[in-house]
Amino acid sequence: MARMKFLLDSDRCIECNACVTACKNENEVPWGINRRRVVTLNDGKPGERSVSMACMHCTDAPCAAVCPVSCFYTTADAIVLHDKDLCIGCGYCFYACPFGAPQYPRIGNFGSRGKMDKCTYCAGGPQADNSEAEFIQYGANRIAEGKLPLCAEMCSTKALLAGDGEVIAQIYRERVQRRGYGAGAWGWRTAYRETVAI
Amino acid sequence: MLIKRSEARAGKQRLAAAYAGLSSGGLDRRAFLKRAGVTGFGLSALGAIPLTTVRPAKAGPVDISKPITRVKNICTHCSVGCTVTAEVQNGVWVGQEPTYASPINRGTHCAKGASVRELVHGDRRIKYPMKLVNGQWQRMTWDAALGEIGEKLMAVRQASGPDSVFWLGSAKFSNEGAYLFRKFAAFWGTNNVDHQARICHSTTVAGVANTWGYGAQTNSYNDIRNAKTMIIMGGNPAEAHPVSLQHVLSGKEMNRANMIVIDPRFTRTAAHATEYVRIRPGTDIPIIWGMLWHIFQNGWEDKEFIRQRVYGMDDVRAEVAKWTPAEVERVTGVPGAQLRKVAEMFATQKPSTLIWCMGATQKTVGTANVRAYSILLLATGNVGKEGTGANIFRGHCNVQGATDFGLDVTSLPAYYGLDENAWRHWSRVWGVSYESMIARFDSKAMMETPGIPTTRYFDAVTMPVNAQTGLAQRDNFKAMMVFGHGGNTVTRMPEAVKGLEKLDLLVVADPHPTTFAVLANRRENTYLLPICTQFETNGSRTASNRSIQWGSQVVKPIFESKDDYEAMYRLAGAIDAAAQKRNMTFRMQAEVFKDLEIKDNAPTAESILREINRGAISTGYTGQSPERLKLHMQHQDKFDLVTLRAKDDAPAEIRGDFYGLPWPCWGKPEWRHPGSHILYNTNLHVKEGGGTFRARFGVERNGVSLLADGSFSKGSELTDGYPEFTTAVMARLGWDAELTAEEKASIQRQGGTASWATDLSMGIIRVTMEHGVMAYGNAKARANAWNLPDPVPVHREPIYTPRTDLIAQYPTLSDRRGFRLPNIGQTVQNRAKDLAPNFPIILSSGRLVEYEGGGEETRSNRWLAELQQDMFIEINPRDAASRNIRDGAWVLVNGPEMPQGKAVKVKALVTERVGAGVAWMPFHFAGWFMQEDQRSKYPQGSDPIVLGESVNAVTTYGYDPVTFMQETKVTLCQIRAA
Repeated sequence: MARMKFLLDSDRCIECNACVTACKNENEVPWGINRRRVVTLNDGKPGERSVSMACMHCTDAPCAAVCPVSCFYTTADAIVLHDKDLCIGCGYCFYACPFGAPQYPRIGNFGSRGKMDKCTYCAGGPQADNSEAEFIQYGANRIAEGKLPLCAEMCSTKALLAGDGEVIAQIYRERVQRRGYGAGAWGWRTAYRETVAI
Repeated sequence: MLIKRSEARAGKQRLAAAYAGLSSGGLDRRAFLKRAGVTGFGLSALGAIPLTTVRPAKAGPVDISKPITRVKNICTHCSVGCTVTAEVQNGVWVGQEPTYASPINRGTHCAKGASVRELVHGDRRIKYPMKLVNGQWQRMTWDAALGEIGEKLMAVRQASGPDSVFWLGSAKFSNEGAYLFRKFAAFWGTNNVDHQARICHSTTVAGVANTWGYGAQTNSYNDIRNAKTMIIMGGNPAEAHPVSLQHVLSGKEMNRANMIVIDPRFTRTAAHATEYVRIRPGTDIPIIWGMLWHIFQNGWEDKEFIRQRVYGMDDVRAEVAKWTPAEVERVTGVPGAQLRKVAEMFATQKPSTLIWCMGATQKTVGTANVRAYSILLLATGNVGKEGTGANIFRGHCNVQGATDFGLDVTSLPAYYGLDENAWRHWSRVWGVSYESMIARFDSKAMMETPGIPTTRYFDAVTMPVNAQTGLAQRDNFKAMMVFGHGGNTVTRMPEAVKGLEKLDLLVVADPHPTTFAVLANRRENTYLLPICTQFETNGSRTASNRSIQWGSQVVKPIFESKDDYEAMYRLAGAIDAAAQKRNMTFRMQAEVFKDLEIKDNAPTAESILREINRGAISTGYTGQSPERLKLHMQHQDKFDLVTLRAKDDAPAEIRGDFYGLPWPCWGKPEWRHPGSHILYNTNLHVKEGGGTFRARFGVERNGVSLLADGSFSKGSELTDGYPEFTTAVMARLGWDAELTAEEKASIQRQGGTASWATDLSMGIIRVTMEHGVMAYGNAKARANAWNLPDPVPVHREPIYTPRTDLIAQYPTLSDRRGFRLPNIGQTVQNRAKDLAPNFPIILSSGRLVEYEGGGEETRSNRWLAELQQDMFIEINPRDAASRNIRDGAWVLVNGPEMPQGKAVKVKALVTERVGAGVAWMPFHFAGWFMQEDQRSKYPQGSDPIVLGESVNAVTTYGYDPVTFMQETKVTLCQIRAA
């Protein structure tokens, strides 16, 4: 089985937000919920750098570790998903997540936030693949159709890569070798406890 | 949907929450992200996002048990031309898939392209025709609306003449729509027909065409992959053309290329540059001359190229000599050492390309700017080869095509101009007599006089008629037909309001109401016609690199909207009916649509393109038949990423073609000319897409030859320069004998003589190509363009400049007339000199990645609107501190031409992106006008989600002398805390 990962080449990201609207388009994510977003550091200054962020589908995901109702599960492709029917909206995962991935439909404390929502790696949820019930709760299931997440597929500069960790690491490695620089696979140490050695 | 919540409550909240972003201090994207930091978003920040959740899932999920159709069309936003693959089920567009096969975008999109599906779900589209009755929008039928419009148009025509109607077309038309609209205006009897190119690249077209022949991008986005040095000057493609950055960054990485950004603003593109040069806005020419000073000083110029292919470079040398490093630094603020470094890279690490956009063109010196840019390319021999060239990034998805088809006050389709020859040519193509066309105009003189450009339409409404001091036509504008155009894109909006209020008739034909519908306080005689997007119809569009791509209808027009073809066809019928009622003999429909195939009350796109193929000879729009274009779309994967050429494994009928048959694609479709990927490329045979500089300006000037000297395209039998071909030149060479009997007969029918561009048989082109010769001639490019106001570009200070000390030395051009109107730039500059101390900050404007053009369409798209909820102004920390302005706070901005006491209210974005003394605003916002919220003036349900102040409420007077391009990039303003 493949080990699915995201890899963001921050030397390529131009903050065009294609990943953000592609996600909205594919999953019909409502206003106010951002499964993916682009963050810019040193905005407007030399050294400005943009990073597209979503759930990284961590190895030993910290969200799963803190969930009091154990609503998280990991697929055979190592995609971290959750069951909204179990989620109580406590917000612990939000505090545990190093990437700010969990989103909530409402503001409030102690379970009044509503069911948590996050990037599914376009892999839907626990229901039958590509059923209406799955789409309504989680959005598209491209993985079941043999496709990759739309955010990465549509990335304007091919900064955001998705796919098997080995494959995308190799693409990035070759890119860095050819151009002679690379800031590293952003977030990999935190998410996957490894880096891409060049 | 995704989050379970009571439907009823959410339904009510959706609108309110969308507005909450505006009124309750919803943070703009940049500020929001800045505060949120990288790792982890505080809940407080989350709380600031207006929350709303549920929207009924109209579309998804895709039911995989039912058949899905995949349809390819082209993104309707910018000029890159990304292919959009739509998944359609049951007549509904349910999903968007990446199109890896497209050599242009290779599956990718930007925020706009990745969200185009929303456009045809269109909650906020105009749903049916409407008119204003006592200030209220009232629904009506298409027939009733067109009937009333036809009546009113004929009333204007009868009272004031055909020139009193302004036909404003669109860069969002397909090629076929653009051509049809131009033809429509011609049959109405006016040259008052224009579109967005006026305000984006009209100066490029004028400046570049006057240099080497055609006013278009010489190479392509893909070809930038070959460059070793690229300068991006006056453009921010990372936001304006994001997918182009895929090619730019790949080139940068693969060739370890120099990527130099020259701009007053540290743009998102500059963030990826190897070198960034910050200049004072409005000093492009001194920068180029400053670079050339180093180039000439060190002998880095391409002497052989100049000798063979450039006329008048010595005149440039004389001007450049004045721009010593010290003078350049005094005027532009750029140190000599940095400019020397950039000049050396550009001249010696070749191939080099110069990329520009509206930072170069939207200036009072726009034409001169692009001329200077072109001259830099010529001096370094960087034209006509791979990896070189003027890579001019056009704006809208079909602004190139709409320009080519003459949605322009100065020309008929394909740059034929307006003289008698041009009219005779197109009359022949249209199958009508030249005399019958004259009869449609006020006079033959008006038929040959350029019309009024869109930058000045309101002046043509309000200015007194007077051939010497005012408006030089029979009467003012009384009616305006706006097809696909925003009302906030033109400078001096307070003046525009006065003009709009005086019109007898205003018709807006668009998917959205646009600013035109709400800006003025009109109460009657205002109509909205719902037009569908290009996703809901068929047609071709020309990307910036001249590649033409066929878009197929994804879904039927939604609600009661119609495509442009049907709207024009039925409007022609309505005009005829009104004329008949008045016992006038004037008719439109039968003649305009004479040779076109009519289906379901509309001409088919294919039949329009075939008519274009017959007539647009001068630009080589003749080989691109609908069949060939459709084959290209079908076999996109067969084209090479870098050369754009169909590879050996491609089907025989496209093998060897360049993708999209970039014009010129000479002769008839069956000749299989491959199109021209790189213009003026002498390394290829003309049959293979090679070319020479065009001989447009005669053969000699003051005893000096204008023809190329020892340079010719590969395989040419003529091994030196030669003039453009006519039947006379053919006879002199004895080549006329090679014309077929049919071609000879066709030329005889035309009166016995023809030039290559008016020969409807295309025999001259066929024979010259057989000899390896370019029918348009082989000339030198002109470093000196003697017919322009500044034959060699000279620096001229912006009309509103903070450097009033430089005005005496570098004044703007003297007052003059053009396009039936006065241009009093110098008078205004002299007045502005005294105002400058009160308006100490330079104001510039530009683009955001989420929005496009006037922004109505994109601000109505909920996926895009969410990302950019507030109009803002970028202000340097130093200027902000001295004004007590904090990041994210409301500020008031006013300009020297705004009504007394008025200002626009926007959010401050305090950033070092702009230098001290410079402020910047995006130009996509409207719906607030000088602090008046105009939301209630939109038809209910068609108001864009995000509204905001328009930068053009602040911008000021200033027009390029050649094209009347407006000045949007340099004016003055004052900012204070609100």
